Amino acid sequence: MPGAFEGETVTRRGFMTGGALAVGGIATAAFALPALGFALGPVLEKTEVEQWQDVGPEPDFNDQTYVPKVINIDPNIGDPGKTTIYVRKFKSGQDTVIKGQDPQPYVAISTRCAHLGCPVRYLQASQKFACPCHGGVYGFQGEVIGGPPVRPLDRFYTRVRNGRVEVGARFSLNSKLERFSPRDPSNHLDGLWQYLYPSRPTT
Amino acid sequence: MKLPAPPLPRFLRPAPRRPGTDRDGKPQEPDAKPPGLKEQAQEAGISTVGWLDERTGASPFLRGFLFRKVPKGTNWFYTLGSATMFAFLSQAVTGVFLAMYYEPDAPGRAYQSAQHITEDVFLGELVRGMHKWGATVMIILIFLHMGRVFLFGAYKYPRELNWIIGVVLLVLTLAMGLTGYLLPFDQRSFWATVVAVNINASGPIVGPYLADFLRAGAEFNATTISRFYAIHMLLIPGLIAALIGAHLYLVAKLGTTAPPWLKAEKKELLKEEI
Repeated sequence: MPGAFEGETVTRRGFMTGGALAVGGIATAAFALPALGFALGPVLEKTEVEQWQDVGPEPDFNDQTYVPKVINIDPNIGDPGKTTIYVRKFKSGQDTVIKGQDPQPYVAISTRCAHLGCPVRYLQASQKFACPCHGGVYGFQGEVIGGPPVRPLDRFYTRVRNGRVEVGARFSLNSKLERFSPRDPSNHLDGLWQYLYPSRPTT
Repeated sequence: MKLPAPPLPRFLRPAPRRPGTDRDGKPQEPDAKPPGLKEQAQEAGISTVGWLDERTGASPFLRGFLFRKVPKGTNWFYTLGSATMFAFLSQAVTGVFLAMYYEPDAPGRAYQSAQHITEDVFLGELVRGMHKWGATVMIILIFLHMGRVFLFGAYKYPRELNWIIGVVLLVLTLAMGLTGYLLPFDQRSFWATVVAVNINASGPIVGPYLADFLRAGAEFNATTISRFYAIHMLLIPGLIAALIGAHLYLVAKLGTTAPPWLKAEKKELLKEEI
């Protein structure tokens, strides 16, 4: 149909329409894509906490009970960035050694419930962790005993420097106490379920 | 065939009639005195509206929109949609003024500025209370409006698209509730947000990314609250306002439905035939 001259494949009107749409699309993309990337950037950024935090001298801890300690998850926001963790000495012979990891001298357990992130509390009388929100219960090693949690309580890396216990980054565990990169509460790490909850690209 | 007359030279053309003169060139008698100051003042409103209308052509649209026909049996239940819209307008206005005092700053100013609004600012308690309770009122009104539309069958052809827009508005309003809940930044709002973000994280495949997007990172951090604030006061209200416009356009375009207990009246002719 186009045919102002021989071999013409597109009318002038069609060319101008397409051109105007293309230019408008490029102009829109030029501001929309950077704005979108700006908003979505944190999804892809590396956000692991790298520094080690002192939680006290070695004599503070034993292998019979947990001692609550407060550490900073985000040091920039004051109180909301703090969290309680429970620390005890590794009980050799009884505690499961976390695979793929040097034996950790201490067990530092996150109080973030693996169901929806409420703070769990340790009860020495029953040697269990209990969550006040929806009734999740965890055993002495943080393994799930009852309630809705989908995996054991997360842990932090530990090390000893100059006689003082330090905790590092958080990691997650599946029901066999195998180590995974840190995940959000409610993300499964067992069976086929684990493939529905991908890890962050940077961890 | 008629040929066009050749143009006359300028001095031969008849002079056009001057304003204020009759056909013979004699000055016309003025019909009435020019309006005095009092008359001008009395006409000021109408003349302003007339000036605007002449330039926008808005009156046919407004007449069609405001004086449209409604079916027999229209009752108070039909006001729930307008009530929801006024609840939104109330939220928008009180929200704008709360934003003049509120500071979305996690290390302490967020909570302090919210306290400051309640305790120190003139009428602050009232405006904050209106915004807080208005949020609940708006959600209740939405569900009542939705129930009316559902029970009256007003979602059926050709109004399905308006139902869909309404559902999107419902979801956006719930998202407003979620993002606004964090802003007072007390213990309740902090932990409610932690749980809400983790509920988002429990969605398969996209869940973990969605949670990272909401928190602006893997953990609750300094920019989480400003992110919630921006979503709460800029992103979603803009979307809601635009979609309310589309919702209203379709209401005016398609008209409302009669209540289901009214049967359509048959025309006289048809009745006779029966």
